[in-house]
Amino acid sequence: MTARIERPLSPHLQTYRWTLTMALSIVHRATGIALYFGTLLLAWWLIAAASGPTAYAHVQAFTGSIIGRLIVFGYTWSLLHHLLSGLRHFVWDLGYGFKQSEREGLTWAALIGGISLTVLVWIVAYTIGGGR
Amino acid sequence: MAEFALPKNSRITGGKTWPKPAGATQTREFKVYRWNPDDGKNPSVDTYTIDTAECGPMVLDGLIWIKNHIDPTLTFRRSCREGVCGSCAMNIDGQNTLACTKSMHDVKDGAVKVNPLPHQPVVKDLVPDLTNFYAQYASIEPWLKTTTPTPQKEWKQSHEDREKLDGLYECILCACCSTSCPSYWWNSERFLGPAALLQATRWVKDSRDEATGERLDNLEDPFRLYRCHTIMNCAKACPKGLNPSEAIAELKLKMVERQI
Repeated sequence: MTARIERPLSPHLQTYRWTLTMALSIVHRATGIALYFGTLLLAWWLIAAASGPTAYAHVQAFTGSIIGRLIVFGYTWSLLHHLLSGLRHFVWDLGYGFKQSEREGLTWAALIGGISLTVLVWIVAYTIGGGR
Repeated sequence: MAEFALPKNSRITGGKTWPKPAGATQTREFKVYRWNPDDGKNPSVDTYTIDTAECGPMVLDGLIWIKNHIDPTLTFRRSCREGVCGSCAMNIDGQNTLACTKSMHDVKDGAVKVNPLPHQPVVKDLVPDLTNFYAQYASIEPWLKTTTPTPQKEWKQSHEDREKLDGLYECILCACCSTSCPSYWWNSERFLGPAALLQATRWVKDSRDEATGERLDNLEDPFRLYRCHTIMNCAKACPKGLNPSEAIAELKLKMVERQI
């Protein structure tokens, strides 16, 4: 019997060239995780709205600040991207959209659609709500 | 939890730059992963310069040229040199493919980088240990299973039913797909990976096979099948143009269909 050799593991993330669907798969997961925190924010907002004007004013002060706005903007994008990206997964789970052009088209659509819808939502929000 | 970094003994350190071939006018640089089980050192990346005027166009031609003219210790698997046997599967320019069907001129920028198939134990240089991969293939029982008595002549199949196996039977088990899959990297012990699952689909869809239910039962598991997250690196990597992610989606659909 020869002694067991400690074999190295061949490089993986270190060498693999990023593919579109691989990158967007991790983005889908990251936005999913971000939604947990976004939901906490939403819950805080709802609880504050139920608690009274002072508590509500605290939340408004936070979400109205620059950092708050950035977080809410990120949450809007996470939600919309995850939604569209999820629809893309839905198409695949039904057995469609697997050709290279189709799968990459769907993925680009989710990415560009998510960003565009986020910007649109914010434009509408600022137009109607005046950035309050 | 997935380990994103390489273990200490696997990190690439240094590497030798071999002398350029004397008098060569057309050259190409190759950066090749090296690991020798006998010297106790970490893996390294050696740099070779080949004379492209003296050498065939494929990456495999380049590797054979290196072995013949520069460094006979360079180790890699190869056999048919025409994309049929699947032996020379490796990671070239960041993507898994067959060295024999990948032209070195299709590698755009700089040196041709050659690594073993990702996230596998290395036997030597570009030779990965695929024991686990083959065991997973065996686990899907890739043979015809029947309960009805064997017919006197042969198991018959209509042309239409035979066509359902197109895009599945052509797999050469080179392991390009499975070792391109991040999900397989993190869970190769429990997730069967694209190649074995494509073959599972091939037997599930075979009109002559009578063990469909049993085969699906065997895959009804949070890891074996459902670790596929449609990342699609498999479909992009397959040197035979097959689509394991689509085959896996068919399996998932069959799982749902049989419950309705």
